[in-house]
Amino acid sequence: MSGFAGFALRRAMGAVITLLAISVIIYVVFYATPGNVAQITCGPRCSPEQVHQVAQQLKLDDPLYLRYWHFLEGIVVGQDYSTGTSVEHCSAPCLGQSYQSDQQVTQIILTKLPVSLSLVVGAMVLWLLMGVGTGVLSAWRRGRISERALTGLTLAGISTPVFVIGLLLMIVICGQLELLPFPEYVSLTDDPEQWAWGLLLPWFTLALSEAAYFARLTRASMLETLAEDHIRTFRAYGVGERSLVGRHALRGALAPIIALNANDFGSAVGGAVLIESLFGLPGIGQELVHAVNVVDLPVVVGMVLVIGFFVVLANAVADVLYAVADRRVVLT
Amino acid sequence: MSLVQVTDLFVEFGDLRAVDGLSFRLEQGAALALVGESGSGKSTVASALLGLHRGTGARVGGSIEVAGTDVQQASDDELRRLRGAKAAMVFQDPLSSLDPYYAIGDQIAEVYRVHTRVSRRAARARAVEVLDRVGIPDAPRRSRSRPHEFSGGMRQRALIAMALACEPALLIADEPTTALDVTVQAQILDLLHALREETGMGLLLVTHDVGVAAESVDEVLVMRHGRVVEHAPVADVLEAPTEAYTRTLLAAVPRVDVRRTPPGALSESVTGGSGSLLPDASAEGRKALSPGAGAAVPPEGASGHGGVAFSGDLAPGARAVPAGAGAAVSPEGVSGDGGVLSSGSSVQGARDVPSGEGSAVSPGRASGDGGVVSSGASARAARADVPGGPAEGPEADSPATGAENARGVSAGASGDVVLEASGLRREFGRGKRAFAAVDDVSLTLRRGETLGIVGESGSGKTTLGRMLVGLLQPTTGEVRYEGHARVGVNPAVQMVFQDPVSSLNPRRSVGESIADPLRARGERDERGIRRRVTELLERVGLEGAHYDRYPHEFSGGQRQRVGIARALAADPRVIVCDEPVSALDVTTQAQVVALLGELQRELGLALVFVAHDLAVVRQVSDRVAVMRRGRIVESGPADEVYGTPQDPYTKQLLAAVPALDPQVAARRRAARRELAAA
Repeated sequence: MSGFAGFALRRAMGAVITLLAISVIIYVVFYATPGNVAQITCGPRCSPEQVHQVAQQLKLDDPLYLRYWHFLEGIVVGQDYSTGTSVEHCSAPCLGQSYQSDQQVTQIILTKLPVSLSLVVGAMVLWLLMGVGTGVLSAWRRGRISERALTGLTLAGISTPVFVIGLLLMIVICGQLELLPFPEYVSLTDDPEQWAWGLLLPWFTLALSEAAYFARLTRASMLETLAEDHIRTFRAYGVGERSLVGRHALRGALAPIIALNANDFGSAVGGAVLIESLFGLPGIGQELVHAVNVVDLPVVVGMVLVIGFFVVLANAVADVLYAVADRRVVLT
Repeated sequence: MSLVQVTDLFVEFGDLRAVDGLSFRLEQGAALALVGESGSGKSTVASALLGLHRGTGARVGGSIEVAGTDVQQASDDELRRLRGAKAAMVFQDPLSSLDPYYAIGDQIAEVYRVHTRVSRRAARARAVEVLDRVGIPDAPRRSRSRPHEFSGGMRQRALIAMALACEPALLIADEPTTALDVTVQAQILDLLHALREETGMGLLLVTHDVGVAAESVDEVLVMRHGRVVEHAPVADVLEAPTEAYTRTLLAAVPRVDVRRTPPGALSESVTGGSGSLLPDASAEGRKALSPGAGAAVPPEGASGHGGVAFSGDLAPGARAVPAGAGAAVSPEGVSGDGGVLSSGSSVQGARDVPSGEGSAVSPGRASGDGGVVSSGASARAARADVPGGPAEGPEADSPATGAENARGVSAGASGDVVLEASGLRREFGRGKRAFAAVDDVSLTLRRGETLGIVGESGSGKTTLGRMLVGLLQPTTGEVRYEGHARVGVNPAVQMVFQDPVSSLNPRRSVGESIADPLRARGERDERGIRRRVTELLERVGLEGAHYDRYPHEFSGGQRQRVGIARALAADPRVIVCDEPVSALDVTTQAQVVALLGELQRELGLALVFVAHDLAVVRQVSDRVAVMRRGRIVESGPADEVYGTPQDPYTKQLLAAVPALDPQVAARRRAARRELAAA
């Protein structure tokens, strides 16, 4: 297991370096771009004195590298902020404080993250079930009508924009048939049943568009494995098709599925903006768009870092799964 | 009832009739080999026996009966009950034929459970039992290994274990040893033989290698274009083939026990009489003095026979010392060296070699001592002795021309070194995982000669070849071309790769591929390039019009010709051929080898011929180096290494080569068994 510990350590270090690099880029991109942050933050009717005061309060006059250093410091040990009237402590990991509200970025993220994770994790289960299932079926029934139908369906899934699917589902299922209430986020800890009902439609909508990619990938990589020599061996030894497809070929097709899933999961945490907006889910994606619009830079930087963290995490998990699925892979 | 009865079988893939009206029977417990070149339909027949063409779109006609099952009429379920239980198949490539994701024991157990209603545990126990039977050491533990943790031979044993699991009446082995080294091949064939004796199962062996068939079966069926050419007991086919095709097939098989036949015109004068050899050899000596015609160029006569006269240098320490020292001590020593000369043709040695000629041999040997010698000190000692000894000593009164020739040979020889490697070592991996694929290898290559490098997989021969061309940088040591150390690739040293399929870009026409080296050196005149490529294509036996064709339109042998043309494009002095014919049929092999020989003679090329096939290497090489675990364990003139091998490993390799004569094969098998028992 020491090999695994070494892997975890190296991976964690890699993640830290990646996140540092992301933070530098984000910091430079957002803070060094032209535009008077203090003016925007203060509001259009602020006097120059007020703007100057805001700038001082936000330490906008400090050099960029110094501010970046304070930012890092805040993440590690926490930070004290002046709100003008009082001094507030922001404990580690502190990502700073919103320019727009007096809320701390960490707090904002902590309220938004459960929503996004609820959406993405649930949808991921669905897209894996639907996508891989469809892929296996269409590889197995290759060339028959059922396979053509499935392929057609996945093509439709890929080419239909997600908001169209979502709107249609919502109109038909919630509006016309009244089978489900209109989606609404209820915290899992408050009421698990309502949580699930409320998210059902968003899950499906997100999963449908993702599942199409997984179906195509699964089908292609299953067909590739099915053509390999070891499948021929087991066929020549009287092993049934079901076992060939389900046990031998699927196992061989897993690797690319794991890789794709890691990417999609990571990016969906921050990237499911359309779904969140459509169904009114107060998730990370929506908040991020809002923060960019009002130039609430600390929120933007903090959220991008968190999203980056999930992408890195998802990929590290994928690497481990990869090695579990294929013992020839050595984790280094 | 016969175990297998095939009547008027035909198999069609689209328009292609792969098997065309084939009929044969195989009795219970008997062994039949289907022998043919690739594309002859032999593997198609093997697959048809298990109904494996079902559902692939191939059309199968005629009747096939295997172990009481009518394969053509059987339902899918009946077929599954036949497969593995009554007739089991062992495939060619043991790595890709096992599922990489599951433990080997589990895979065997899975197959066993398909056919017997037993518990997982019992199936697992059976798997361990059969693994143990096929000679997997520590079977309970190793059964939990995955295929990639097994060596090639062990994987093939595991596949055979899988075949044995349900005690089938028929074993179909489709090229079971083609992917294996010669020693491992012998072990696997011995195992199949023993299992057959023990269980009484029938064997259908599919192979392109007549030698493999000779060792293992009672009858041989020679196939060509999907039809039977000849079907007879193995001894008849091998000793008195009735069909012309069978004879050409047999003639193309490289023989490890036959010395190199010099290619081309001069071979006639050589075969004219062994007495004529000597004049030839001394003529070569004179020729060596003239520039251009290197001492080694003369593939004619000298390289094959008298060739020893100038290529004696290859001696590794062990060999060099006795030979050199013997020469130094007494005239007897020298004539001993003459003995080396005559080892191939005793008549010549006994009758014709005068002492002067003997001395011609030894300086030649001495001068070349840089040869493949890896332990320098002892070899240098030998060199120091030799000139002081016979050359100046007892032979002083020998005919002047002889002495002259001797010097000519040695001078010419040392001056003609084109490629020289010293102390080459190449490591892969870092830290604790580092290992040396090539370890302290030194060799020289003279103009126009062929140096064969034999070794089993993992011996480092390919790594060595790549270092010689500069594709890999040695960790230590250096490669000198015409006396200059160099870094990186050198257009004068080219390579022909093993796999003619994957070494050509499938998306570019062969002409473009051949033109690459020309463009790489800055050629910009399109018409000139095209003219030169056309010339090259014709030179290697293809047509100029093939310029615009793509690799997939060519057969394996033709693609290798393209590979050779590409190597020639840069006007090289040296070509390193890495397993150039191992992917080819025997007949194609023979043609490609002949082409290489021709090119060598015409262009004065020096060749390094890297291969695992001892017989092929013997057919092409003047000198041979045997590699094992990154080191050269033995080297010397080809006839010497093959005729009187010194290193135990060389002996082992030679003993493992399949014999074409079934009786010899049986004797060798018995000998191997004794060796194993001892």
